[in-house]
Amino acid sequence: MTERFSAPYRGYDVLDKWDTPSFNDQTRRVLRGRMDPPPRRFFSDTEWRVLLALCARAMPQPERTDPVAMAPFIDADLHAGRGTGTRRADMPEPGAAWRRGLAALDAEAVARHGRGFADLDAAAANAILRAVDSGDLADPAAWDGLPAQRFLRETALKHIVSIYYSQPQGMSEIGYGGPASPRGYVRLGTDRIDPWEAPHGQWPDR
Amino acid sequence: MSAGAVSHVAEDRPRATGGRAPDVFSRSGWVPMREHALGDEVDFAIVGSGCGGAVLATKLAEAGHSVVMFDAGPFWRPLSDFASDEREQDKLYWLDPRVSDGDDPLELGANNSGRNVGGSTTHFQMVSLRFRPDWFKSRSKLGYAVDWPVDWHEMWHYYAEAERAMAISGPISYPWGPKRGRYPYREHEVNAAGLVLARGAEALGVAWAPTPLATVSAPRGKSPPCVYRGMCKIGCSTNAKQSMLVTYIPRALAAGAEIRDLAMVGRIDTGPDGRVTGVEFHRDGGWHVQRARNVVVAGYSIETPRLLLNSACGRYPNGLANGSDQVGRYLMVHSNHAVWAEMDEEIRWYKGPPSMACCEHWNYDDDDPSRDFHGGYSFMSQGPLPGDFAGTLVTATGAFGLDLRERMARYNRMAGLKIVGETMPQADNRVTLSDEKDGFGLPRARITFGYCDNDRRLYRHSLRFMSRMLQAAGGHDLLETSSTAHLMGGCRMGSDPETSVTDANGRSWEIPNLWICDGSLMPTAGGVNPALTIVANAARIGDRIVAMGRKGTI
Repeated sequence: MTERFSAPYRGYDVLDKWDTPSFNDQTRRVLRGRMDPPPRRFFSDTEWRVLLALCARAMPQPERTDPVAMAPFIDADLHAGRGTGTRRADMPEPGAAWRRGLAALDAEAVARHGRGFADLDAAAANAILRAVDSGDLADPAAWDGLPAQRFLRETALKHIVSIYYSQPQGMSEIGYGGPASPRGYVRLGTDRIDPWEAPHGQWPDR
Repeated sequence: MSAGAVSHVAEDRPRATGGRAPDVFSRSGWVPMREHALGDEVDFAIVGSGCGGAVLATKLAEAGHSVVMFDAGPFWRPLSDFASDEREQDKLYWLDPRVSDGDDPLELGANNSGRNVGGSTTHFQMVSLRFRPDWFKSRSKLGYAVDWPVDWHEMWHYYAEAERAMAISGPISYPWGPKRGRYPYREHEVNAAGLVLARGAEALGVAWAPTPLATVSAPRGKSPPCVYRGMCKIGCSTNAKQSMLVTYIPRALAAGAEIRDLAMVGRIDTGPDGRVTGVEFHRDGGWHVQRARNVVVAGYSIETPRLLLNSACGRYPNGLANGSDQVGRYLMVHSNHAVWAEMDEEIRWYKGPPSMACCEHWNYDDDDPSRDFHGGYSFMSQGPLPGDFAGTLVTATGAFGLDLRERMARYNRMAGLKIVGETMPQADNRVTLSDEKDGFGLPRARITFGYCDNDRRLYRHSLRFMSRMLQAAGGHDLLETSSTAHLMGGCRMGSDPETSVTDANGRSWEIPNLWICDGSLMPTAGGVNPALTIVANAARIGDRIVAMGRKGTI
């Protein structure tokens, strides 16, 4: 199976607006600070390999030679102790949840295939993620009470996508307007677009 | 920032010091601020600067009382501090963890908790609806929950005052409820996402309205008209949004109130006579005490009960104002269930405030045969930013990989309807203290929440109705999601000291110079966003306290 992403907004790049009134200084500062991935300081070598593999399965980017990096930002958030304001009583704090969840994913791979998660091909890794999501665990002890689906969806995937769509490539591929201050938008109606928005998307069904 | 440099970042060092406070309408300017010495016994120490604290501080200062208002978070200047960026703007939320449990554990943080001067109004979505009048007597008139100790006519007067103070932009004629005057500012043009709701409502034969919103449709003072950048939930960088930060806070400062930013109040002190004597707060690296004749807790439904419980002492071993074990109880949220659909057209819901069209049909229709629940719900059109919507998708479906990227690629063709659904007050939905401590050494809040059967019937009804409406509007590939929004209750006001924490004036039954003024006072949740009601109720309480002050009965 060849993985392919069909982009409706090919050629649109929110960064083309960098020097226009859609960007202000503080937004440029934030995006500039996000261009270089931070160094790894939180995860161990082993955890890091599983995390990279998980990010590649969560947000595969077969069309990119230089894919958007997500793992370094997750590492930086956990190193900084950045929270979400909620700790479910049956979950450890985010750093511990990540460590335990990545180790458990790796254990699931070993239990099913005799190799680590990072050494699986895409189809096998995807199958494990789907199994974990449906509660079908091959090595329940490895999870040590961590709710597997909740870890996968609310700790891991939610964090990964929040980083992916905070990057200009993520914003551009969905035709999102991106930064919009001080200039916002004028044309609000159905199918109406301002000249500084993505042109109409290429939709196979339209 | 390089090590050792003096920080000018709002979250690093207090800004409101040295006789001045940030000018929120400037990029780096200041306004003068009256300051009080710690040893001065001020008339009122107010803990929290959101819809409750900011309004009350303004009323009290304008009446000549000395006021110091504390907020745990920073004092922003939106024009230079707010970026067009979801991740960066997480800085508006209360991100220090609360422990969440129960049958339906709540999501806190970005969902409902602000941490900055202006409270949650820096990131609220500005929907400004009035309660249905009967809800103030929902037990007597509608047969569920409890009555407020307040008459709706009085609230109606204060709703009008709040709408003027926040320059609400809304329609000339609003379809539901008793007649009201026209909104101070004209309605906004409804965006494509709102027009989906309108089309669906017309197809199903129910009314809809352009949402009354707290963002101006024409210039107001130093606020420019809204430019529809659509980032209201992550902070308005133009000051079109009429948050507390740009409405009441400048008024409070001009009237002589002092504001202490980055000042976490950890304890309310009591004297030998059982009255409160002031607050202990952490600021600039150390603990300090501010003496006060009255203390007002305005930290919203989690921090208000937490502070009262954390202030336990020999005389009040279960916390302050908690003699009848009511503090922290009857915590409510709004069910926030949604239906999402793909449309044939490009909607581009990122443009404009997220909820530009609303429907209150199920707040007012009592007789429909399909109605199988008490209470009500409103629903609005939606416009989540990409990170927010992607988070919703993965949480609800577990989608990942190219499947997820393809779903997100249809972002511009999505529309959604989401409810603000009333939940019932239940004694065991509550805030208590956990064993864990935060960075200040204070026990963290533990929040226990579960829906009751009526709550579930209500949101199931809404999912059926909104699905029909989206299909009638041309939507397909529907997706249902569940969430909650807002907080109400936790220190409710009432007429009986056995079943409430304060009287109708926000004065605690147990300690006469300890007051509460925020959303935690709400005995019921109603089926509308709470901000306008909290502002109106705070204005009402403010006038009552000022009147008591004139008569010498504070």
